[in-house]
Amino acid sequence: MEILDLGSIDRHFIRAVEEESGQDVSHCYQCGNCTAGCPLSFAYDIPVHQIMRLIQLGQKEKVLRSHAIWLCATCETCTTRCPCEVDVARVMDTLRIMARREGTVSEEGVRRFYDTFLDSVKRHGRLYEVGLLMRYNLLSGRPFADADLGPKVLGKGKLHFLPENIKGVEAIKGIFDRFAKKRGA
Amino acid sequence: MRIGVFVCHCGTNIDGTVDSHQVAEEAKKFPHVVYATDYLYTCSEPGQQEIQQAVGEHDLDGVVVAACSPRMHENTFRRTIERAGLNRYMFEMANIREHCSWIGEDREANTHKAIELVRMAVAKVANHVHLHPSYFEVNKRVLVIGAGVAGMQAALDCADGGLDVVLVEKKSSIGGRMAQLDKTFPTVDCSICILGPKMVDVGQHEKIKLCTYSEIEDISGYVGNYTVNIRRKATYVDWGKCTGCGLCMEKCPSKKAYDYHNEGIADTTAINISFPQAIPKKATIDPEYCRQFTKGKCGVCAKVCPLGAIDYEMEDEIVAEEVGAIIVATGYGLLNMEELGEYGAGRYPDVITGIQYERFLNASGPTQGHVVRPSDGEEPKRVVFISCAGSRDASLDRPYCSNFCCMYIAKQAILTRDHIPDSEVYVFYMDTRSPSKGYEEFIRRAQEEYGVQYVRGRVSRIYPKGKRMVVRGADTLLGTQVEVETDLVVLATAATCAPEAEELAEKLRISYDEYGFYMESHPKLRPVETNTSGVFLAGACQGPKDIPAAVGQGSAAASKVLSLFSKDQLESDPQIAQVMELRCVGCLKCADTCPFQAIEEKELPDGRVVGHVIETVCQGCGLCTSICPSGAIQLQQCTDNQLIAEVEALCQAWRERSSG
Repeated sequence: MEILDLGSIDRHFIRAVEEESGQDVSHCYQCGNCTAGCPLSFAYDIPVHQIMRLIQLGQKEKVLRSHAIWLCATCETCTTRCPCEVDVARVMDTLRIMARREGTVSEEGVRRFYDTFLDSVKRHGRLYEVGLLMRYNLLSGRPFADADLGPKVLGKGKLHFLPENIKGVEAIKGIFDRFAKKRGA
Repeated sequence: MRIGVFVCHCGTNIDGTVDSHQVAEEAKKFPHVVYATDYLYTCSEPGQQEIQQAVGEHDLDGVVVAACSPRMHENTFRRTIERAGLNRYMFEMANIREHCSWIGEDREANTHKAIELVRMAVAKVANHVHLHPSYFEVNKRVLVIGAGVAGMQAALDCADGGLDVVLVEKKSSIGGRMAQLDKTFPTVDCSICILGPKMVDVGQHEKIKLCTYSEIEDISGYVGNYTVNIRRKATYVDWGKCTGCGLCMEKCPSKKAYDYHNEGIADTTAINISFPQAIPKKATIDPEYCRQFTKGKCGVCAKVCPLGAIDYEMEDEIVAEEVGAIIVATGYGLLNMEELGEYGAGRYPDVITGIQYERFLNASGPTQGHVVRPSDGEEPKRVVFISCAGSRDASLDRPYCSNFCCMYIAKQAILTRDHIPDSEVYVFYMDTRSPSKGYEEFIRRAQEEYGVQYVRGRVSRIYPKGKRMVVRGADTLLGTQVEVETDLVVLATAATCAPEAEELAEKLRISYDEYGFYMESHPKLRPVETNTSGVFLAGACQGPKDIPAAVGQGSAAASKVLSLFSKDQLESDPQIAQVMELRCVGCLKCADTCPFQAIEEKELPDGRVVGHVIETVCQGCGLCTSICPSGAIQLQQCTDNQLIAEVEALCQAWRERSSG
């Protein structure tokens, strides 16, 4: 097991997480309630209470390269149960944003799905499921993944072949453009 | 007037951000000041000697010390100048520490502020007059509120010290929480076996007057002379006649009354004696369940009582008691477990509280000490304990530790293994807190000798599965989720203040913290005193604490009362309100305003009615002086003239500065 150098605490990282998430990570006293209730713990490489601990110890690399932050479904069970009133789901969200910025995304697929989803919303003002699936599959290089499910859901009328744009798609697009410009600046 | 000014450095506490020497130099220029100096620690012996010497050498008749808060050392310096032959009230403190050096970092601004504070104090002392305390008689009886183990200890110590004690208890029997417990940690001795003898001593002590099933209605007066009205609640049984034979309980047809002593895990009869060792062992009727009250007819107990003690017409009675001091020992309450929704508390019958489990374990409890599941009466083979159920939980607004849960969980875990040898016991904990003698060893014993499985982590949720429940938690040491199927869950619910603690505090005029626990006068140095003279604290009403600590505090409070009563007369503070009868228009607004009922009507020989301050009752709060329309009532040493002199001095400084 590697020895963690406690002199390597990255205080800028701690402050950045706190500022961007609006949460005080020092409130966490490691009771483990977030991990106890997390429905995705089984898939995590690092349990969520240890993510909190790693933030407290300023371990930026380990946190931003973890898979757990991408597997979090933002169900907010952790936030609801936390006795210290830390919005843990918000912290996880913040970590994803930071990982993107730092280029340390460990789950390309999840990131791609988010991007595809948002792209669909930008184009149609709402979600166009079939388009999302096809685009996601193409970008992932697995064009026929889950294709067998297609006829089933189509038969039940759950999916539509053609996109149904909302009125005022342009306005939605404007939101995206404004955000892109703001981030660019 | 010849005034001396002594400026303290308080090490670097003051001198770190205030130029104490400059303050003293400036003070030399103030009117009436004939001597000013600064010193490292004015409160030290040489510091005080310097003041004494200066009083003699410079013929001072007033002294200003610029140092810390008067709450710290005002009395020290009053005694100092008294030793030097001055009237002790010819003194004023300028608080240049708490009000100045500790709150700002700008040395120049702080020094400037300190100078002005001293200037004001000097102006005030110049208007001081000699005051002399008066003396009043002390009523050497003591009231103890609450007859749990802390209150009983306090009552016994006072009574053994020769004082007459009035012991008021809300419930029908003395004993408190400890009477509900099965065993006590870390010795696992039987709770009622060690408490019982104390209860008997209290019940039989000729100096202790017991008022059980009673509450405090109101309190008036002041240290040495309190008048307390006690509401003796109607028991509907003449206790003079009742022998505690229990025949009424046998025959009572209403058998579904809530059993407070057993925390609702069983029912009791509408007429009942709360537990076999109760003192006094007398029956009371719960009118909420008694058919005579709910349906208007029954009368079974009246028929069977061989002594004719039943009295359905009984009413509450108010009894007045005169006492000189009060010890408050009202104990604690417990968090309503229904606030813990994720644990299914209140919804799942097999999720219970620690105090309920205590009654299951107890041989005189409803199951004769056999541990059973409330849902089906079967013996649980697996029991899960959850600590910090509501404690250390900011989301429930209870960030504090409840102090004794870690230890009683270990005890209950050991007892479970004792009662059911083939049981498995799990404890979910965040930290184990065991700082007293023998405590840590006890928790180790639970794990090492009794095989109790301690899991470091909180529980997220509990859900039913067939006849059992699944407890889902985390083991943070492993960094994994854990799950355990169990028959019974015991929650260590948070200790809270006693119900209605705030209301009683208002009646006593003592302060309480944001959670309703009573505030001691100083957290370290005056742990059993309150800020109301003559009112003392004992036990968990001041904060959650275990039996040894509660007993210790009970004895401590008693010793405070005994030392207070060691004098036949008490000195009253002369810094009180005074009515100038010539100016008083007799509107008596002051009397209405006074929170201490210290002002009465007085008729002068010429028939004119004026206000009159009862010297010993007045606490010197000054409320009356602010309401008096004619300025006829003045607080000694804080008169309008003195306050104006202070403001004047401040304005003078401002004028000088702006012109210069």
